[in-house]
Amino acid sequence: MHKEYLTVTNIVGPLVIVEKIVDVKYGELVEIASPGGQLRRGTVLDVSTERAVVQVFEGTTGLDIDKSSIRFLGGSQTLAVSEEIVGRIFDGSGNPKDGGPKIIAKKRRDINGSPINPQARDYPSEFIQTGISSIDGMNSLVRGQKLPIFSGSGLPHARIAAQIARQSKVLGKKEKFAVVFGAMGITFEEANFFIEDFRDTGALERSVIFLNLANEPPIERIATPRLALTCAEFLAFDLDMHVLVVLVDYTFYAEALREISAARKEIPGRRGYPGYLYTDLASMYERAGRIKDKPGSITYIPILTMPEDDKTHPIADLTGYITEGQIMLSRELHRKGIYPPIDVLPSLSRLKDKGIGEGKTREDHADVLNQLFACYASGKEARELALILGEAALSDMDKIYMEFAEKYEDKFVRQGEHESRSITDTLDIGWDLLRLVPKGELKRIRPEFLDKYYSIEK
Amino acid sequence: MKKGKIIRTAGPLVVASDCLGAKMYDMVKIGDIGLIGEIIELKEDRAFIQVYEDTTGIGPGEPVELTGKPLSVELGPGLISSVFDGIQRPLDVIKEKEGDFVKRGIEVPPLNREKKWDFKPFVKKGQKVEEGDFLGEVEETPLIKHRIMVPSGKNGTVSEIKKGEMLIEEVAAVIKNEENEHKIRLFQVWSIRKNRLVKKREMPEIPLVTGQRVLDTLFPLAKGGTACVPGPFGSGKTVVQHQLAKWSDAQIIVFVACGERGNEVADLLLSFPELKDPSTGRPLMERTVIIANTSNMPVAAREASIYTGMTIAEYFRDMGYSVALMADSSSRWAEALREISGRMEEMPGEEGYPAYLASRIAEFYERAGKVICLGSDNREGALSVIGAVSPPGGDLSDPVVQSTLKVVKVFWALDDKLANMRHFPAINWLNSYSLYAESIKDYWDKEIAEDFSEIRQEAMKLLEKESELQEIARLVGVESLSDQDRLVLESSKSIREDFLHQNAFHPQDTYTSLRNQYLMLRTIIHFHNSGLKALKEGINLENVLKSEIREKIAKMKFLEGKGDDPDVLDLFIEINNVFKELLKKKG
Repeated sequence: MHKEYLTVTNIVGPLVIVEKIVDVKYGELVEIASPGGQLRRGTVLDVSTERAVVQVFEGTTGLDIDKSSIRFLGGSQTLAVSEEIVGRIFDGSGNPKDGGPKIIAKKRRDINGSPINPQARDYPSEFIQTGISSIDGMNSLVRGQKLPIFSGSGLPHARIAAQIARQSKVLGKKEKFAVVFGAMGITFEEANFFIEDFRDTGALERSVIFLNLANEPPIERIATPRLALTCAEFLAFDLDMHVLVVLVDYTFYAEALREISAARKEIPGRRGYPGYLYTDLASMYERAGRIKDKPGSITYIPILTMPEDDKTHPIADLTGYITEGQIMLSRELHRKGIYPPIDVLPSLSRLKDKGIGEGKTREDHADVLNQLFACYASGKEARELALILGEAALSDMDKIYMEFAEKYEDKFVRQGEHESRSITDTLDIGWDLLRLVPKGELKRIRPEFLDKYYSIEK
Repeated sequence: MKKGKIIRTAGPLVVASDCLGAKMYDMVKIGDIGLIGEIIELKEDRAFIQVYEDTTGIGPGEPVELTGKPLSVELGPGLISSVFDGIQRPLDVIKEKEGDFVKRGIEVPPLNREKKWDFKPFVKKGQKVEEGDFLGEVEETPLIKHRIMVPSGKNGTVSEIKKGEMLIEEVAAVIKNEENEHKIRLFQVWSIRKNRLVKKREMPEIPLVTGQRVLDTLFPLAKGGTACVPGPFGSGKTVVQHQLAKWSDAQIIVFVACGERGNEVADLLLSFPELKDPSTGRPLMERTVIIANTSNMPVAAREASIYTGMTIAEYFRDMGYSVALMADSSSRWAEALREISGRMEEMPGEEGYPAYLASRIAEFYERAGKVICLGSDNREGALSVIGAVSPPGGDLSDPVVQSTLKVVKVFWALDDKLANMRHFPAINWLNSYSLYAESIKDYWDKEIAEDFSEIRQEAMKLLEKESELQEIARLVGVESLSDQDRLVLESSKSIREDFLHQNAFHPQDTYTSLRNQYLMLRTIIHFHNSGLKALKEGINLENVLKSEIREKIAKMKFLEGKGDDPDVLDLFIEINNVFKELLKKKG
């Protein structure tokens, strides 16, 4: 039986400080009983011979100094996993929320996981066709990649994420596929959008959902993504499934982390976020990937909203340094009414090079995407120039590029929410656009591909 | 062994009491499972310990074993081709023992104890040797002969020397002097925080050839020099580092992946055994040591990882090799410092970084250099260090960038605007600099071509001029520029697109020899100068620019073949003919 302590001395924000403790370990799971007898969970953040600092997942509302009691449970927080977990909905602490029974644990997994040995990693190189041209064509996603969506408030990141989850497939293959969706601090409406969309397309049966909504304790958010990823690891590496993990919204997660850090009176880093934000985010993002000789994979799409659309904000910035690229949404395109408003220039997929080309997509893919990038960048530059000097001042070439940029946004980027384009279609649209530009200007494309594709009209 | 007792655990920081007698930076083993840590502060009988593994489950009351030894690395045969974590544990052995995930408290020897090496002695019994002298060698890989050196402070006379197959722990030689008898094994142990000794330091004067045109020609790094690559995310920092690791003409590469992505390390691990060393055709892995402490591995081990890498690099330098160390990324290392410092409740300096950040960075880069190694043969060795920095938001006023710039001599400024235009490597030609350009000028002009530095200067001038002209053109339009100026714009565009732009994934374009770089640039400059002359003769700009030769210039970089490329040379004469033709037509 675990000892029960009544020695709470301090309650600050989400933290409870307990004194006169014996044999408590760092990271240990804790059960806290409020004066009303209601049970909550927490974890040990700092322990010395005399006292322990405990972070309470469900928040400290209703706890008091003299009646609240604490038991240290030994071991850290775990998630019960089994095949039955697929198709279920849980709250942010991993308890069933869909009225179904508790999961009978086949295994219990530490939610913090262990780092994948770099030596065991396999390099992701299988192209995923999302059916969205500005992703497939320009910033291709591969299996085992972590590719975040950098969004802003009011931008349709949820619709894009749902579209990716709906349409994603690997060319020419039929395999076990699952979606793990985690919500951190988003509203009921947003979360419901995902669940309804999954339900409509039948994806719900092969999904696992973890929900921590805006009105639920922020501290729970620290555990939610870890639960989702622990579940994903089980599905991918024990059950050999291909798992797509979508987690929204990391901005709220980071804010919760900041709250704890402030309550502990830690020395803050940039914008008040703790100095270990990078390490903390990395410990989650890095759980995506592939392992040699294992068929499963974890592909990871975290979503975050950049405060004031500022990509140098610590959350976006640090994320960008850990993830393998980013899909950047643009308010400008959104205002123009273009869906999906993906701004391809600052977007990037670092792993695309091994996932595209002959035998994977098409031989000319790499050259076409480089050329499209270059032309679109020139076009946007010309557009800026025209704003300052007026269109009359543009050279003929500038005018061609400006037209290119317009058409590019209209034909290539713009597509329907339920339109799934094959990669060949995407590349053909690319060639249609490149034909607007004189052949001699297309320096990023190898001559043999120019000869093969430039002249043939669709 | 003396034991202390844990009184506090807070993440990677553990405090223990009863530690009188422990020394700063001594290694300790923590708790019942024996996690590895290092003492970073002493207060009365209390020791503050940074722990190189996750401390979950460790609590007050558990023992701390004081080893009395500093955190050290093992230096000997078996280093090359290995992949270690931040404290030199071989990741492949861990994988074999523990599976696909890295667990805690694993104890494995850094170097393989069971492998036999064929030791060929260089010295005879009775010969006098001093520290640093070669006792013999083993062929570690077909590319690298691993020299067994007399460890420092062990001068004397060889009283015994062995030959043939042996394990690294066996005694290969015995050295006697008045006081002592030293048994020399194939490996030695060295503290990671202590510089390895050298006889003398020298000025770096020979370029480290990387095959990357913008680096070699415009902003060269000397062998034994230091460089820094800062850039916002997505600007191609890692690709630059990988290209350097693949193509630079250092004999040994030590790659420290410090707090970076696991998949990038996987890419290195999977591609290096396949990639061929350009000069010998052997797999690159046969000259590479990788230290991989990815961002999700323990933060304190990340702090140690760059020192582990540096000590291994110095060891190979001591054998007389030219070694290049890449650290990707030093910002992550600095963040690890900050995290530990924060947990120790130290007074923070700028941006929460500890006040000693700048001196730690300076100490680190100062371990690079061209040196005369220990040993009676006065051999030369060089250790070049290339550090990537990841400033938040690409902001160069970041303390890590600023402290680094104070010590390094080469600055490759990555620019996300260029990256957005898919101009790679996205190294800004206006902001970058190299302080070695002067000292290696002699080498260029003697070894490559006598007008190398002149042509380089001309290219730099054109690029500088371009940025001025672009300003003007932006205000008043291109039409108002003179023909000469418009030719400058065209030629500098050609330098940018046909020379500086280099595709790392194109089989021919990925590497260009120094000689070919010179030829390519000379061709572009020659076209420009011929064009200028033609303009003076009254030929109009359109005719100069219309020439088909420009398409050929654009394709130079995709031409096959290494060494002197006759196709590029031909262009030189072809350009002359084109302009003769133009003059004749007008004539």
